[in-house]
Amino acid sequence: MRDTSKLLVLTILALSFSGIYLFHDLNGSFDYALPRRGVKVAAMVLTAVAIAYATVVFQTITHNRILTPGIMGMDALYMLLQTILVFFLGSTHITIINKQLNFALSTAAMVVFALLFYRFLFKKGSRPIYFLLLVGIILGTFFGSISTFLQVLIDPNEFQIIQDRMFASFNNVNEELVWTSFAVTGVLILAAWRQNPYLDVLSLGRDTSINLGVDYDSIVRRMLILVAVLIAVATALVGPITFFGLIVANLAYQFFSSYKHSVVIAGSALISIVALTGGQWVVERIFTFSTTLSVIINFIGGIYFIYLLLKESRNA
Amino acid sequence: MIQVRELSKFYGKKSVVEKVSVDIRRGQITSFIGPNGAGKSTLLSMVSRLIDADTGSVLVDQSDAKKMKSGDFSKRVSILKQSNYMNVRLTVRELVAFGRFPHSKGRLTAEDEEMITRSINYMNLSDMEDRYLDELSGGQRQRAFVAMVIAQDTDYILLDEPLNNLDMKHSVQIMKILRRLVDELGKTVVIVLHDINFASVYSDRIVALKDGRVVRDGPTHEIIQSEALKEIYDMDIPIQQMDNCRICVYFNS
Repeated sequence: MRDTSKLLVLTILALSFSGIYLFHDLNGSFDYALPRRGVKVAAMVLTAVAIAYATVVFQTITHNRILTPGIMGMDALYMLLQTILVFFLGSTHITIINKQLNFALSTAAMVVFALLFYRFLFKKGSRPIYFLLLVGIILGTFFGSISTFLQVLIDPNEFQIIQDRMFASFNNVNEELVWTSFAVTGVLILAAWRQNPYLDVLSLGRDTSINLGVDYDSIVRRMLILVAVLIAVATALVGPITFFGLIVANLAYQFFSSYKHSVVIAGSALISIVALTGGQWVVERIFTFSTTLSVIINFIGGIYFIYLLLKESRNA
Repeated sequence: MIQVRELSKFYGKKSVVEKVSVDIRRGQITSFIGPNGAGKSTLLSMVSRLIDADTGSVLVDQSDAKKMKSGDFSKRVSILKQSNYMNVRLTVRELVAFGRFPHSKGRLTAEDEEMITRSINYMNLSDMEDRYLDELSGGQRQRAFVAMVIAQDTDYILLDEPLNNLDMKHSVQIMKILRRLVDELGKTVVIVLHDINFASVYSDRIVALKDGRVVRDGPTHEIIQSEALKEIYDMDIPIQQMDNCRICVYFNS
């Protein structure tokens, strides 16, 4: 019962933070400010849920609580794509200016990359998941290095545009894209919600999962593809933000006593919503836009990550 | 009956298990013995589908294991491996409840709950069913995992070195429970053992492997013979009859 009341408290918190963000200092501007804030809140909720779900599932599959799906190199691929577009086509090219087109390109690139990657790795029977992660790290570093190389050569004014994309931001998300992504993410997660008991079994390890009649390889494959799609949509919409998932997933593990994925995923999604809406409000009202949310996330997340590393090494 | 037919496993060009055919009879304890690297665990993992066999087939009660759905297979055959690393913190009861997964797919019915309670009682864990696994001793944790397998309620129970890291008392406890599972509940138990005296005292049949092949297969009293053991282990092992146990004195041979 205790977990249920915790979820309830978090739901109330998430609703009130979104409410504060939407209505604080609105001054009756229902026609102008409210719809704009609404789009931002929708983007934040969408990102929060997608990142929380993807991170918890990814950590269950890899049996590691200090990994994020970012290790698959998708953030790096996103940055590489943006850099290449600006480098070869220029910052005023339609693929950069037109948000829809850029979104479609980025998502497609990331999803296709993930599919090819899995296809290649799973072609010859099942390989250890760590092999997959290692290849992911290498590719991620490779993409990162090419991006840096191109960024060094580029015109400084053009580089500004790229730098803009390097940090996640909710300040200029495209309205139509938010609703499309919202629908995609919602449908995917709702469809996958039935798999939660299987995810619970997966956390017992490969051998026990197979013993309990779970088709391990197939569910791992399907879940990895789902994770890739969710990360791709969130990243293409607001920018690289996977590090954020590490914080909220681990907070959820600490906060809830249940091992059940329905509880942990719901919990970490709610924590994400609270953190994003609350954080964005602080950025806008207290720092008056002098910093971005992703800087704060990376700062707090970095400290929390070091704490996690120290804690894990003490346990070992 | 589980019929293993010409099962082989290769790592690169080296064979770990080569064309092994064994029949595992219902209502008995069958022990797999043999030196390190003989392929006992690999064989057990192939039978239980943890790893894919390169050639050969496994028939469970006449039906081909490869053609069975994972869910159906897990209602008939269960496997317990020696190391059970977990990422989550579970209580004993939560772990045992996972044994019902093949039947309930995560939605426990009253019948499932009853089966869980019975399995916990069977393993004498009822006073610690709400304790977390990481708070338990090695022997208690092993019993919790056996309770999970009992809750799974399969006809065939395969165990890979369940006595590893257990002291004498807990080893005897586990073996006695396995014996009861066979005698009282009519289960079929297949077990990989290192200590041949446990195999001698508790099993009905023994299958001896060496270099990936079956070298001996028969009722316990036929295998626990000095000349048979010589062939399996390359050691001269005298055998002493004590009451109705045949004990291999291998410590100074």
